[in-house]
Amino acid sequence: MGRLSRATWLYIGTVVAAAAFVIARSPHQGIPWSRLAVLAVLFLACESVPTAITPRRVAWSPGYAATLASVVLLGPFGAALTGVVSVFSLRRGPTPAQRIFNGAMYALTAYGAGRVFLALGGTVGVPTGASFPKIIGPFAGAAAAHIVANYGLVAGVLWLTSGTDRSQARGRGVVDLRLPLPDFGFAVFGLLIAALWSVVGPFAAILVLIPLYVARWAIAQFANQQRAYEATLRVLCQAVETKDFYTRGHSERVSRGSVMIARAIGMRPERVEAIRFAGMLHDVGKLGVPTKVLQKTGNLTEEEYAAIQLHPLCGLEVIREIGFLDEALAGIMHHHERIDGRGYPMGLAGDEIPEFARVLAVADAFDCMTSTRSYRGARSLGEAITELRRCAGSQFDPVFVGALIAAVEREGWQTPDVPVPPPGEPATAAAHDHDDPVVPLRVMGRR
Amino acid sequence: MSVSRDRLATTGLQTRSHRAGGHGQRLLVAASGLLAVGCIAQSVATGVVAARSAIAFAALIALGELLRLNLPGDREAAPIGTACALAYALLIRVGSSPARHSAFQVVAVTAVGMALGVLPHLAVGRPARTAGMASRLLAVACTAFVFRPLAGTGNIVRHWWAALAVMTVLVTVAWLVDVVIAACTRADTLRGRLWVTFTDELRVQGLLGVAVGASALLIAFAAEAMGLVAVAVFLAPLLVTQVAFRRYAGIRATYLQTVRALARVTEIGGYVETGHADRVSRLAVAVGRELGMAEPELLELQYAALVHDIGQLSLQDPIPGGATVLVSPEDQRRIAELGAEVIQQATMLDSVAEIVRRQSDPCGGTSRCPSGPLPGTAPGEDTDAGERPARPPLSSRIIRAVNAFDDLVGSSADPARAAAVLDRLRLDTSAEYDPAVVAALGRIITRLSVVSG
Repeated sequence: MGRLSRATWLYIGTVVAAAAFVIARSPHQGIPWSRLAVLAVLFLACESVPTAITPRRVAWSPGYAATLASVVLLGPFGAALTGVVSVFSLRRGPTPAQRIFNGAMYALTAYGAGRVFLALGGTVGVPTGASFPKIIGPFAGAAAAHIVANYGLVAGVLWLTSGTDRSQARGRGVVDLRLPLPDFGFAVFGLLIAALWSVVGPFAAILVLIPLYVARWAIAQFANQQRAYEATLRVLCQAVETKDFYTRGHSERVSRGSVMIARAIGMRPERVEAIRFAGMLHDVGKLGVPTKVLQKTGNLTEEEYAAIQLHPLCGLEVIREIGFLDEALAGIMHHHERIDGRGYPMGLAGDEIPEFARVLAVADAFDCMTSTRSYRGARSLGEAITELRRCAGSQFDPVFVGALIAAVEREGWQTPDVPVPPPGEPATAAAHDHDDPVVPLRVMGRR
Repeated sequence: MSVSRDRLATTGLQTRSHRAGGHGQRLLVAASGLLAVGCIAQSVATGVVAARSAIAFAALIALGELLRLNLPGDREAAPIGTACALAYALLIRVGSSPARHSAFQVVAVTAVGMALGVLPHLAVGRPARTAGMASRLLAVACTAFVFRPLAGTGNIVRHWWAALAVMTVLVTVAWLVDVVIAACTRADTLRGRLWVTFTDELRVQGLLGVAVGASALLIAFAAEAMGLVAVAVFLAPLLVTQVAFRRYAGIRATYLQTVRALARVTEIGGYVETGHADRVSRLAVAVGRELGMAEPELLELQYAALVHDIGQLSLQDPIPGGATVLVSPEDQRRIAELGAEVIQQATMLDSVAEIVRRQSDPCGGTSRCPSGPLPGTAPGEDTDAGERPARPPLSSRIIRAVNAFDDLVGSSADPARAAAVLDRLRLDTSAEYDPAVVAALGRIITRLSVVSG
């Protein structure tokens, strides 16, 4: 968090004071302390497990199961005390200020959930067979109140601490809307723990949580494999680029550009992910083009041109088995088609060209123009944008050209450094770039 | 009659032998089939007790069999089905009425549920995997035949902690039965060593087994607390586990496909003959298993074998035919170093990079090629050939021998040629190739030619 502003301190102070107030004001009689101790330990165990195990879309928050079980088994006051335990989390990340805020926040929201539970007609205590199904309504209400209040308070603190960076704050807002769903799932497990309490006591919690911890292990393995997989994909596209140092980083940048376009036109996250991979691998087939063709200066023969035209199909051959979306494969296969139908390998035109391919084509050409090649220097962003606009409608889909230009103006574009040819490797640069829209390949006997 | 490509294809990790099955597997399936038929007959003769719960559990077991899960190493598990079947065996009460069904009925319900659940798999052309089903049924039967008499006496139900302890022990035993049977069938079909396959099974099935056992107890107690409806609800935690494992299985498969794609890059580029990487990886894994390597090592060996020629990508001109065995030791060394450099960029493949780097070292250890600065050695690592550890890792020695074999035999199906190549490798052993690896390779080649002959 770094240094906190006065407003943040005020906010944290208010939350802590409110939590202290509700805890101090509640009646202390009739709380089964041993049960509270068990639930508090349980909550601490849940809170101590690191949560940030995967970067994307996998939330892990079983703490709600413990606080909501407390709501049913102990009532608002007991739930608040369970929440306070969060201060002692064994996780090493949080600063003291964060710990105090977390404890107060969980206490306050668990207390609120307990109040909602009572207001909707729930009864505090170990549920019996007769309590079902009428306990479900109040419990769902309590869970919703707990989660919503939690997110509200956390969003407040995030807003206060990251007030300057607007684009980041907005991105976070989008994520926040999606995260509560798995939390609600975990909250439901609180009811399972409470329901089994009458039969096996605290072991209920252990039996419910064991499969969840195993699931967490599997998700951690998943995250490891995912990293390995992405590293391998990068190796795959670097393997292509070893042949020509001028194109190093090209695949990564095309991938980034394609993602910018995809986000700008509002593609679904899975498709954005797929186009990211498609961008990284779009030129894999270039390995199938003989080096001497790539390095030939002067006009190409028809055969040599045909070899270049085959590279999208070679690429498809390499990666066909990888379990992508089919769309990514289609994108790689057709990324050299043109809107006017004069592209390759199939000569598709207009809407016949898959959407991914049209996106890749724009990002591909844009990166090529803004990079240095052995036969020319890099163009400026402005020149490249003008060139894209000029070719929109004939070579490129105007919608995606517009989307890329807008995204580049908003987020900027990282142009590559001018490559320095390594000594002792004189002949590793291609004499022409098949991606270059300004300097098209020259084929003998054609104009 | 010959070492054909198809025969080689069945020796890899993705073996298809579970469909055919060895004698042991057939015996297992027959035994549990007889048990199932006997129990169903017994249950029908004596009449089904508490038909409602029997039908509910059969339905859930069928669902579990339908939602099978892929585990590493081409295994399949049915966590939900197993948990429900074990829970049915461990049921003490449903609501307030005692559960009086017999062990025979437990086995019968489980068998019927499994049979129903496997039908959709068969309908879409997936294998039935009867061996796995048989071992699951036997595990459930063990639990049922011990616990049902206890549940009938009523002694155990007086204290929940006593019931919990007995149930925990029984679930653990059931899990061990499943693991031991799986290890035996695997050792039988893949010709692995029993202890190795047993530890492999423990590693793969361990945590999932714990989750299944906990869920079985959970469901058994939940049925007591809240009646039959609760059973479906209390499957939720296990369902989360299942979803997590499914994602894991998905990314694992994709990862292997990506490594294969990396291997294919050398083929598309014309550096290596088509199919070379695939053949080397299958044969290398077979040799590794023959030499008693455990599954994680076999997986690394498979990856390393698939990408062992990736270093050739950095060459200006392809070697004729891509056969690295024919080039000078210095060039072999350089290709291996370049390959390791490429692989090292994939951060998770450090061990694989080391295997690929050392594949060019002769088995005798110190390489005879002139020492000097080599490209792509990791920082802090010695670049001097003389200072290398004496022996390359087993995986490197395997890849070295298998690569030489495949370079010289190629996709040829002539057994005489394979035999001649093996003889040549044998002559080179001790200095170039590991005698144990070459011997294992010889055994596998002989076995394949016998099988296909």
